[in-house]
Amino acid sequence: MLSIEGLHKRAAFFRCIRSFFHNQGFLEVDTPLRQPVYIPESNIVPISSEGQYLQSSPELCMKRILAHGCDKIFQLSHCFRKGELGRLHLEEFQLLEWYRTDCDYTQLMDDCEAFLRFLSEALKDYSVSCGNSDDTELFSGIDLSGSWRKLTVAEAFAEYSPIPMEKTISTGNFDEILTEYVEPHLGLEAPVFLYAYPQQLASLARKSPSNPSIAERFELYIQGVEVANGFSELTDEHEQRTRFEEEIAVISAHYGRDVVMPERFLHDLGKLTEAAGIALGVDRLFMLAMNWKSISSAVTFAPDDF
Amino acid sequence: MLSASDLRKGLKVQIDGNPYIVTEFEFSKPGKGQALYRCKMRNMISGNQLVKTYRSNDKFEKAELDERKMQFLYNQGEEFHFMDTDNYEQLSLTKEQMGDNINYLLENMDVVVLFFDGKPIDITLPTFVNLAVTRADPWAKGDTSGNDTKPVTVQTGYELQVPPFVEEGDRIQIDTRTGQYVTRVKE
Repeated sequence: MLSIEGLHKRAAFFRCIRSFFHNQGFLEVDTPLRQPVYIPESNIVPISSEGQYLQSSPELCMKRILAHGCDKIFQLSHCFRKGELGRLHLEEFQLLEWYRTDCDYTQLMDDCEAFLRFLSEALKDYSVSCGNSDDTELFSGIDLSGSWRKLTVAEAFAEYSPIPMEKTISTGNFDEILTEYVEPHLGLEAPVFLYAYPQQLASLARKSPSNPSIAERFELYIQGVEVANGFSELTDEHEQRTRFEEEIAVISAHYGRDVVMPERFLHDLGKLTEAAGIALGVDRLFMLAMNWKSISSAVTFAPDDF
Repeated sequence: MLSASDLRKGLKVQIDGNPYIVTEFEFSKPGKGQALYRCKMRNMISGNQLVKTYRSNDKFEKAELDERKMQFLYNQGEEFHFMDTDNYEQLSLTKEQMGDNINYLLENMDVVVLFFDGKPIDITLPTFVNLAVTRADPWAKGDTSGNDTKPVTVQTGYELQVPPFVEEGDRIQIDTRTGQYVTRVKE
């Protein structure tokens, strides 16, 4: 279990997260953890619950809210992904997601910079205002100032991988090479945005209008840890349906699971024009802020605590 | 058949006819990507290391090992001798085959010797063993490092982290699967 001091830090952390988004005019929303449909993504296995599913992300519900007329929303919510357990993974974890209309993913990168700078300062002030003499430096060794480096996935592979990105996609070992050779170098001194993902690795993201082989998707890395995944939303409901159908075919072929097409989501998606959204791993960010090494040390109760 | 999600430290699997034990294990999964299970494994016969990354669809055979209850007698240099207390038959294992087990092994301890193709290759210790602390520095009051553990050495020479109240001469219980302190024991 997290120490009492840790609980206080975590509470301050959540309070500062909410302050940032309230200050920026975002509406806080909350959507059901348990739903009859789930996002058809072949690499994410849902945890079922009495014929329904625990959400792997609040993404679909949040985009439906946008489609119904909100322009800036955020949510802190528990998410569940079956079988994900490791130094940086827990089957239950918390995501901070925020969405905006009328912008693309570059706006989200600016949000990330402003958000982390605010968080680091606000936590310092909060700790002082509580009369907390504890001088633990948050995000120690990470330079949050200035504009963070932006690196395309292809550039990152050219710089760090022994095999070019294109080749790893055709041989199907993109993930292995990314994890083994690229990720460990990203964001060591200051955060880094890895962006312009190959289109096939972003099933809910918009393709770049100037280069359809690229998706407008990015990941934020800090000290080799993937912290957030954002993209310009695909708002063409027909293209989204086709992509879901492809994912559903993979899921039923590989895992033998039946997947229900999220029809109401697709219907609402048709009303959305331009939007961008991002999911940030809150437990990982708290872990990094505290300079801890594993996600289990950053949550209130870890699986080993039971 | 085992699948990749069964992989964990200490699991024994069969690869190309050889028994391997998983010595290090890390789960990773890049955003929107596939689950990857990166393993370091040791060939339980040759001692050779193998590093491999598996995916969720990969399947494994469990290593088929025979087991026999035996008692640890003594070690002579690199050789560790065991005896079957029913028929007094003796055999030995090398230090390399013993691996981390030597950290927890005491004379007369009952263990399970594992055989592959009739040859002894490894042992399984009791899950918990009680060992005496032979060296412990007194807890420095006012230590502001924020650590709530300190290092001690136990009678086998193994060093581990324990809570500050553990003193020299205490007996402590250690989990042999993780090598970690469990509790102080009174005997």
